[in-house]
Amino acid sequence: MTEVSSPEEVDSGPSGRERMNRAHGVPSGTVRWAWATVTSMRTALVLLLLLGVAAIPGSVLPQRPVNPFGVTDYLTAHPTWGPWLDRLGFFDVFGSVWFAAVYLLLFLSLIGCIIPRCLTYAQAWRAQPGAVPRRLARFADHAAGSVRVPPVEILDAGERHLRGAGYRVSREEHGLSAERGYLREAGNLVFHLSLVVLLAALAWGSLFSFRGTAIVVEGQAFSNTLTQYDEFHSGVGFSARQLVPFTVSLDDFEVQFETGATQRGAARLFRAHVTVSRPGLAPTGELLEVNAPLSLDGTSVHLLGHGYAPVVTVRDGNGDVAFSGPVVFLPQDSNFTSHGVIKAPDARPERLAFEGVFLPSAVADPVNGLTSVFPDAWNPQLLLNAWAGPPKAETGSPENVYVLNPTGLTQLTKDTGDPLRSGLQIGTTFTLPDGRGSVSFDGLQRWTKLQVSATPGGWLVLASVLIGILGLTVSLLVRPRRLFLRIGRGESTQVEVAGVDRVDGRPGLGEAVAQLARAVGLDPPRADGVGAEGSAEGQATLAGTDVAERAPSKDDPRQERS
Amino acid sequence: MSAYYSNLAMVTSAVLYLVALIVHSLEWALARGSATNERSPREDLLGRLGLSVTMVAAAVHVFAVVMRGIAAQRAPWGNMYEFITSSLAMAVVIYLVLVFRRGLSWLGLPVTLLAAIGQGLAVTVFYVNVAPLMPALHSVWFVIHIVAAALSGAAFSIGGLAAVLYLLKARGERRAAPLNGYLRRLPSAAVIDRLSYRFHAFALPLWTFTIAAGAIWAQFAWGRFWGWDPKETWSLVTWIVYVAYLHARATAGWKGTRAAVLAVIGLATFWFNFIGVNLLFSGLHSYAGI
Repeated sequence: MTEVSSPEEVDSGPSGRERMNRAHGVPSGTVRWAWATVTSMRTALVLLLLLGVAAIPGSVLPQRPVNPFGVTDYLTAHPTWGPWLDRLGFFDVFGSVWFAAVYLLLFLSLIGCIIPRCLTYAQAWRAQPGAVPRRLARFADHAAGSVRVPPVEILDAGERHLRGAGYRVSREEHGLSAERGYLREAGNLVFHLSLVVLLAALAWGSLFSFRGTAIVVEGQAFSNTLTQYDEFHSGVGFSARQLVPFTVSLDDFEVQFETGATQRGAARLFRAHVTVSRPGLAPTGELLEVNAPLSLDGTSVHLLGHGYAPVVTVRDGNGDVAFSGPVVFLPQDSNFTSHGVIKAPDARPERLAFEGVFLPSAVADPVNGLTSVFPDAWNPQLLLNAWAGPPKAETGSPENVYVLNPTGLTQLTKDTGDPLRSGLQIGTTFTLPDGRGSVSFDGLQRWTKLQVSATPGGWLVLASVLIGILGLTVSLLVRPRRLFLRIGRGESTQVEVAGVDRVDGRPGLGEAVAQLARAVGLDPPRADGVGAEGSAEGQATLAGTDVAERAPSKDDPRQERS
Repeated sequence: MSAYYSNLAMVTSAVLYLVALIVHSLEWALARGSATNERSPREDLLGRLGLSVTMVAAAVHVFAVVMRGIAAQRAPWGNMYEFITSSLAMAVVIYLVLVFRRGLSWLGLPVTLLAAIGQGLAVTVFYVNVAPLMPALHSVWFVIHIVAAALSGAAFSIGGLAAVLYLLKARGERRAAPLNGYLRRLPSAAVIDRLSYRFHAFALPLWTFTIAAGAIWAQFAWGRFWGWDPKETWSLVTWIVYVAYLHARATAGWKGTRAAVLAVIGLATFWFNFIGVNLLFSGLHSYAGI
């Protein structure tokens, strides 16, 4: 993950990093070989690409943590290779051993590279630029001439100019060596270190985070205890003490859908009016919207979904109310055709149960019968099948409220033998045959699905990402440059200046050299080849040649334009 | 009314880009076999004509994007059609600025090719009528996240096109025979490589920021900053490919051709993330669909 610091190093066999590892006295033999391999740039590059490829199946195949039903469907549809994919972890790619192996190796490689570089950087923190090269003429950006000024004044003028331009300058008896752009390596190191911190923060967060959902009907409330959740996932380090005590009551839920021709039926507004109660605090009214979660002592409450809860009353054969209240129906399509089950286990002499469909905007379709044509409640209808059976002893074992278990129940039928089917509108009652009781559709309420979650260490994730971006930007924007000045030892003051960019991609090196030349009183003759205009194409890399100069442009190619 | 003008202007810009593409193709065709560095007067004329048509097309294009925003009364990048047209407008404007400031007119053919294909697909395949946003998009991050994505998309696109030109030029330079035709007119492979790198060096931090901003938004909207949604996964894959490109440029044996190939793969990944992922996979970003 290192960047080779100068062009010359690149062309010579092993990367700079491999050599660096050798220099840092890693133990000899196989271990040394393995370490050098793991931390080599080529390995890092291959691991990086491997990580990218390994992530792809996670987007193509259904993933169990996100979409467990999709996985079941896939396994049913592909009985031959489905189980093999399952065994190999393809339905939980991002939790699989092989995915973890790739990124852990990558981070090992990264750490192995970054630590020696940090040490080197720390040692070089206040280091002076290296000695002036012996032959400045070998640099493509180079100027020379004689100046009628004493050598000391030339060096003074050069140093003043370089320091003014932000260079670190080391002065020798017969020359100046200047360098700038030290922040590049710093930015690079900060970026890589922040990736390590990010991984640690994510690991920490996944240990202690939790996320649960609960369906809350209008007029009802959710209290933050484990038993109130419909679904709950947490890291291995989670403890119930992390659940801060609060209660959220849903007072009213507003929805609006697109009624125009374009995107008809698309959601336009979700707004939940809630009351939040916390111990020791007065209850407060809050607004909960999709992009505006509630934040309660580090726990977030998000609005994730909504649906309908028809309010029904079931009377039994004795004429007593066996059940009364809203029943949550789960939406099946974008027009909120919803499915649900009403259970009246306390009905006597027979217990009753109903299974059916709720249609918020029912329209009779000649082919499909009644269907919902819009998600809002314009013409709510409740279609129910009825079941009856002898009373069942209370076992106390939990039961899925959305599924009807027909054991011990008989579906009620018409005289023709077809299943009995009620069509209810708000305010109507359907009486069951043979004095078994009745069911009334009294009204309609909405429910919302709330998600309660907390991710400890989230701030560290955010901080490491932001600092990482900063480091990355600095490392890509700062481009190190070295400038040299050498004066002749003879009687006449012969002056040479030259420059080199340690990474390419930066324009204006020729101009920087020319400025230095002018600052010491040298008028660089154009013919001297500042910018290596005359050199062969493709050989001009060292020269920091500007992009424009190869293009048919009227501009002076030496002009700095950045 | 502004929606009507926007549609009219968008189609017009697609046609104009096509015209500019044809003119630039003729310019390249005229250079065939030429073994000198001098452009013939006719070639020069076609080059300037192509640039002029591109400028008109860009003006019409930007007008169309602005009118779309006025018609929708929000930022014009709420679906695939709007995202593609906005991002391409940014790419063409960046190209034009660089033509005048840095003499990048040699990118004319690939940029007009991209714009003609992109705008052509946008107005035919991806077009949707103006509509308000769904509640999940009502956020300040809608502007931040998507502007960053569109801008990095524009920069990646130009950098990727430059990488393709680099591959052509470098192959030509490796041959013993002297180059002729348009490849001869291009800057040296080293210069193209450096230009391509600069676009990527600009785009990658921005793309990293795009992903981070998306994660912050996801935390607000869905209560988790990362959930391996297909769009999130492919954003990460894109990021990884571009990071690999930057590292490859500094690795012996990888710099040059292999690095440029990675840049091209990165661009393919980027556009697959914006088009393919919406069409092929269902995920939380599906509101960005057609």
